[in-house]
Amino acid sequence: MIRARIHVTLKSGILDPQGRAIQQSLETLGFSSVNDVRVGKFLEIELNEDDPAQAEQQLKAMCETLLANTVIEEYRYELELQPSRPPS
Amino acid sequence: MKWGVIVFPGSNCDRDCAHVLADGLGQDVNLIWHGDTSLGEMDAVVLPGGFSYGDYLRTGAIAQLSPIMQAVKEFARAGGLVLGICNGFQILLEAGLLPGAMLPNVGLSFICEDVWVKVENAGTPFTRYYESGHVMRFPIAHAEGNYHTDPVTLAALQANAQIVFRYCREDGTVTDQANPNGSLDNIAGIRNAAGNVLGLMPHPERCAESVLGNQDGQLLFRSMIDAVIAGQD
Repeated sequence: MIRARIHVTLKSGILDPQGRAIQQSLETLGFSSVNDVRVGKFLEIELNEDDPAQAEQQLKAMCETLLANTVIEEYRYELELQPSRPPS
Repeated sequence: MKWGVIVFPGSNCDRDCAHVLADGLGQDVNLIWHGDTSLGEMDAVVLPGGFSYGDYLRTGAIAQLSPIMQAVKEFARAGGLVLGICNGFQILLEAGLLPGAMLPNVGLSFICEDVWVKVENAGTPFTRYYESGHVMRFPIAHAEGNYHTDPVTLAALQANAQIVFRYCREDGTVTDQANPNGSLDNIAGIRNAAGNVLGLMPHPERCAESVLGNQDGQLLFRSMIDAVIAGQD
């Protein structure tokens, strides 16, 4: 089994008003070193698949067709091979 | 003529559209459930406003995968008139029937108000009852109406007169102050390159009756009726 962690964020260069509002709030709280905040989505997907290459191919297709809108968003993912469960 | 109004889970302007078309303009209207796979014999299709699938993931992202959308895509490819209003516009973008994408409004607020909108192109099946430069009062009600696309696509939209409606001031001048949501180039509505698919954020169905004190939106539906009848001659 493979667990995938997918991050979807607005492309750099696209204004992120939510990130900007959070940045201003952090500054209000005294975190003066905050340079930039970008807000995105985080998805965890469990795949019934043991081959990382196969999993990556599927994940890329999922991101391109549904999970991200590549007009405005970019995505990245990490894969983690999970130990198979012992037979019950 | 026969109209299909698609009903997604979370659509909330489907009945308004059907009411304006059937009771106001004497049209034959069918409400079509998103799970259906066929439109039947239709002259025009409306994707109404609302919050399909609770706006999960992105507005319109889940709805565009509804079974009926395959039929809508085929209908559009065959040249049928498709109108997407508000969430319907968002669905058309996610479905790839129109170029670009929606970002959250630049002020982060849900905006529900009347705005001034200018007809930029009166030479479309959706706007033939208007005049180019005509300024109208249209209601908007959305949180994600901040239209975005890449510079190449924007240039193509401008060059091909695909920008049909823009936010403006009462006198018709297009300014940043008149832009309610941060939309690129003050875009309120665009059509596809073929010209038979239109998406707009304002709600023409909410200003299509004299009892509401504003009938500016009715001309859009009457334009479509006229275009279909002219096409059948």
